[in-house]
Amino acid sequence: MAAAVVAGALRRGRAGAGGAAERTLRRLVSTLIIAEHEGGLVKPSSLSALAAAEAIAKENKVSLLLGGSGPTLHKAAEHAASSHPLVNEVLVADSDIFAHPLAEPWAELLRSVQQKGGYSHVIASSTSFGKNLLPRAAALLDVSPVTDVTAISEPRVFVRPIYAGNALCTVRYTGESPCMMSIRSTSFSPATESMSETKVAPITQVDLSFLSEASSRKSSWVNLTSQDTERPDLANARVVVTGGRGLKSAENFKLLEQLAEKLGAAVGATRAAVDAGYVPNELQVGQTGKIVAPEVYIAFGVSGAIQHLAGMRDSKYIVAVNKDADAPIFQVADYGIVGDLFQVLEELLEKIPDKK
Amino acid sequence: MKILVAVKRVVDYAVKVRVRPDRTGVDTASVKMSMNPFCEIAVEEALRLREAGAASEVVAATVGPAQAADTLRTALAMGADRAVHVLHDPDPARPLLPLAVAKILRALALQETPGLLILGKQAIDDDCNQTGQMLAALLNWPQGTFASKVIIDKDKQKATVEREVDGGTETICLDLPAVITTDLRLNQPRYATLPNIMKAKSKVIKKVTPADLNVDVRSDMEVLRVDEPPKRKAGVILSSVDELLDKLKNEARVL
Repeated sequence: MAAAVVAGALRRGRAGAGGAAERTLRRLVSTLIIAEHEGGLVKPSSLSALAAAEAIAKENKVSLLLGGSGPTLHKAAEHAASSHPLVNEVLVADSDIFAHPLAEPWAELLRSVQQKGGYSHVIASSTSFGKNLLPRAAALLDVSPVTDVTAISEPRVFVRPIYAGNALCTVRYTGESPCMMSIRSTSFSPATESMSETKVAPITQVDLSFLSEASSRKSSWVNLTSQDTERPDLANARVVVTGGRGLKSAENFKLLEQLAEKLGAAVGATRAAVDAGYVPNELQVGQTGKIVAPEVYIAFGVSGAIQHLAGMRDSKYIVAVNKDADAPIFQVADYGIVGDLFQVLEELLEKIPDKK
Repeated sequence: MKILVAVKRVVDYAVKVRVRPDRTGVDTASVKMSMNPFCEIAVEEALRLREAGAASEVVAATVGPAQAADTLRTALAMGADRAVHVLHDPDPARPLLPLAVAKILRALALQETPGLLILGKQAIDDDCNQTGQMLAALLNWPQGTFASKVIIDKDKQKATVEREVDGGTETICLDLPAVITTDLRLNQPRYATLPNIMKAKSKVIKKVTPADLNVDVRSDMEVLRVDEPPKRKAGVILSSVDELLDKLKNEARVL
């Protein structure tokens, strides 16, 4: 019975009024991307959002919204203007209020820009910034956003993982415009093609008169404690080496860092390793931590709990080193070594040449 | 000050879920259900704030079918003072969305006038990570999401929240009333003891419906289908590090 209902809905969606609606939609597609930037460059996760915009429609008019203040903002705006052929306009919100990622003023900004621009789609990346901001802005606009989109099959039909990635849910958004979504950046390759100098999109300053004193003062930013690291960013690294409880101590994680150095890899960890205090929280890979999909994921002393697999199951090659041959990690690993991880680590350190 | 905590009944985190053969959803008929782990952390934090004197009452609320009352009993057994159950029977093809839940919780917040709302950062079934942010927007309250530490200053009516963000820990300061969503690192939830479970049976659970609260729960999302994720092809067990190096070099090409 239920299957017939769904099948019927699918047929209606394809052939009936749904088809006509999709055609009208395709003509009217325009997308606003909330772009994050750092050091004068648009972040790779936001460039992935451009790939998602392209998946919504080949001729999508994209506006990139950047906020902050100072010279790095304007350098990033120039980068944004020439980052992708679909970029039609770069909107710059230049104010100290946006220097820090506080959801309250940012959501007001997003609402104001949407109300002026009337975009059909709004995209943010599923970073801590995007996850904090997008639902707040969506509620202000009285629409339901779609979290963590991994595939776009029609302008309003999306795939997203549920139950820690153990099921993939295909949903159709049937509400008012805009259709808002956060995208999983590892599922969309960042647009790399740069445009020629002559096709640079115009940069426009956003009118900030909407900012009321009251809303911007309900929260204030105090500080950010960050781990300085020379290694590549965990979410974007080509190779990730991860340690679990099996590493036994923070000291032993140093060995993993040495291996990461040699491989040009980022270091990740399981919840158990973080809770035991071996490494800081932001290295946690999993349902509640970072989602990664590197070329190679090498897991040392990781059992492979559902919540951890949720964060790395889309890696191209998974390597597992564990002394327990029955560990669930071996069910997803392409290459496994059953043995003492310290011996394996030592041998790898010995045999892998230094990065030139 | 009163604290309102929202809790959700979900498939237990340790259950390996199965997609139904008709692909309309995940099989939840005969599996173990529990309180969402992030909601447990939210209840625990509210109780600790009450024990520290920052709050006088902790009210737990849920939106869900009749069985969701079990989840409220768990919150009461942990130590919540009373509970509100907003009865709603879910339709798998038109799930109750975070926006509708946020509207229901806003209505409860306007009735209960809490000084603080605590929610989990996400439910482990729909993995949305939206409700707290939406609720804060609807109330026009500030939000402290992904909290790993909460300090309440009763005199100044402010909350200092440490948040887990990409690349580190951020500290922000919020005017009360505010909405806080919990990260895993916030605390270690307590177990309900048998005497407390017995005591919880006599605590009050008020039942209301979305209609009583004047909230329209219409859904703007249609679930077309639910699929199993693609299976990974079977891997191989290697016998030596040299073999691994060879694979990394010649197949994965990262050396």
